[in-house]
Amino acid sequence: MTRLPARLALAAAPGLVLCSCRGVQTMLDPAGDQARDIDVVWRAMLIVCGGMYLLVLGFLAWALWRARRPAPVGAPAIGHTPAERTLERSLSAWVALIVAGLVTLVTISFLVDRSLAEVGPQPLRVKVTAHQWWWQVDYDGSPQSQIVSTANELHLPLNRPAVVELQAHDVIHSFWAPNLAGKVDLIPGRTNYVAITPRRLGGFRGQCAEFCGLEHAKMAFDVTVESPEAFEAWRRSQLAEAQVPTNAQQVHGQQLFQTKACVMCHRIQGAEAGGSTGPDLTHLMSRRHIAAGALRNSRGDLAAWIADPQGVKPGTTMPRVPLTSDELNDVVAYLEMLK
Amino acid sequence: MSVGWKRRRRAALMAALACVAPAACNRENRNMNAPVPETAPKGVQVSDLHPGPSAAWPSDPRGREYEGNATHIANGQRYYKWFNCSGCHFNGGGGIGPALMDDKWRYGGRIEQIYATIAQGRPNGMPSFADKIPEQQIWEIAAYVRSLSGNADKLAAPSRADEMSSIPPISNIDKAPPKGDPDVSKAGGG
Repeated sequence: MTRLPARLALAAAPGLVLCSCRGVQTMLDPAGDQARDIDVVWRAMLIVCGGMYLLVLGFLAWALWRARRPAPVGAPAIGHTPAERTLERSLSAWVALIVAGLVTLVTISFLVDRSLAEVGPQPLRVKVTAHQWWWQVDYDGSPQSQIVSTANELHLPLNRPAVVELQAHDVIHSFWAPNLAGKVDLIPGRTNYVAITPRRLGGFRGQCAEFCGLEHAKMAFDVTVESPEAFEAWRRSQLAEAQVPTNAQQVHGQQLFQTKACVMCHRIQGAEAGGSTGPDLTHLMSRRHIAAGALRNSRGDLAAWIADPQGVKPGTTMPRVPLTSDELNDVVAYLEMLK
Repeated sequence: MSVGWKRRRRAALMAALACVAPAACNRENRNMNAPVPETAPKGVQVSDLHPGPSAAWPSDPRGREYEGNATHIANGQRYYKWFNCSGCHFNGGGGIGPALMDDKWRYGGRIEQIYATIAQGRPNGMPSFADKIPEQQIWEIAAYVRSLSGNADKLAAPSRADEMSSIPPISNIDKAPPKGDPDVSKAGGG
């Protein structure tokens, strides 16, 4: 009776291992050039190191098995006996094998390192700034009115190289979307770069990969790889000003937003809200998640987040703003309109 | 006999140290999910002039709590930059607005009075932040402002600034007990 759960767990284990090979946040399922290159290194290391490991274990087992035979009688052989020559040859082969393995690894990692530093022609330039605990994303544009600002979300056109410029606002963070590229640290006072060339349509998930404080675990971002046309449409929609509230509830919600604490940190283009220390909310409802992946973006979760941010993400810089339930309802009605 | 006494004394010392050590943990106490939202201090006076016999200043016990907590002061430091206090008061040295690191206080230098100044606004340019900044954050900013003149708890004051700063570490600032502003009283203004 008690052994049944154990057996079930044992039966499910290979399934779990296989599960981790597919998904929106795994380096084993590359969807971009850089991730594919890293995957090559990973496989090469697995094959070379795993092969050597098995050989060592094999020889060890063989030696143990040999030791059980009786030792030959008579004087120990000295000089160029046949046994000595065999040993010499096999040791030389062993050294050659080690050298070959290491040279393979060095060559592959050198070539991959070079290819990771390369950026294709006409790259898309995106600036990502890490804050405790969310990601600010700004798409380069000229003139300045063409800059797209969003948060916790990266949209990339298929097959076009992108250069992500990485900066940190407070402490060291690390940018890691494993399906697309390797992880790169964001360091205050320094700019790092990571190149991404996405090759497969779909939604992926990224995560901060350097412990950055209390809510490090809830600091994720969504990556959407879409066709160049869909990306351009998205970019245009993000450039537009926020929609104007139509009904009385939304108008009241906007008034509350503009007169309460919200406006001190958040920006909504088109409304009188220009704070820049929190995420830009102009097109809030176009995002899949809120609070850096902590909650889904739905009316209920949005209300829960505003009503008690510290309950969802203890330590977050978003404060609890005292609102009556009617006021909360109106603010959420307004935010829900920001498509 | 003497060995036993020594041993006992050492044990007593260790016990005393063990009692003192947890006290240091309170420096950074964080209460992130208070059940009831924070409120403003009540009955704040900005001047010691009032009718009748002299009475004690009304004092809010929460003031000491905020001034003695490193998390609150560090948060205050962050909001001070975020909400653009530094736009007028700079890093405490003053410029467009008055200096905050000296002992001159036009509207009082007690934490409750600083709270009231931030919340209500003051003539000649200080805007009101009531309703714009939640109560707890105003308390935290007030605690940080107190620390600029060395009046917050030295053990809780941050020993480094978040960004490059022209003033010495706040934990090293000499305490300047608040006084009125003589220039303002002379001019008859306030």
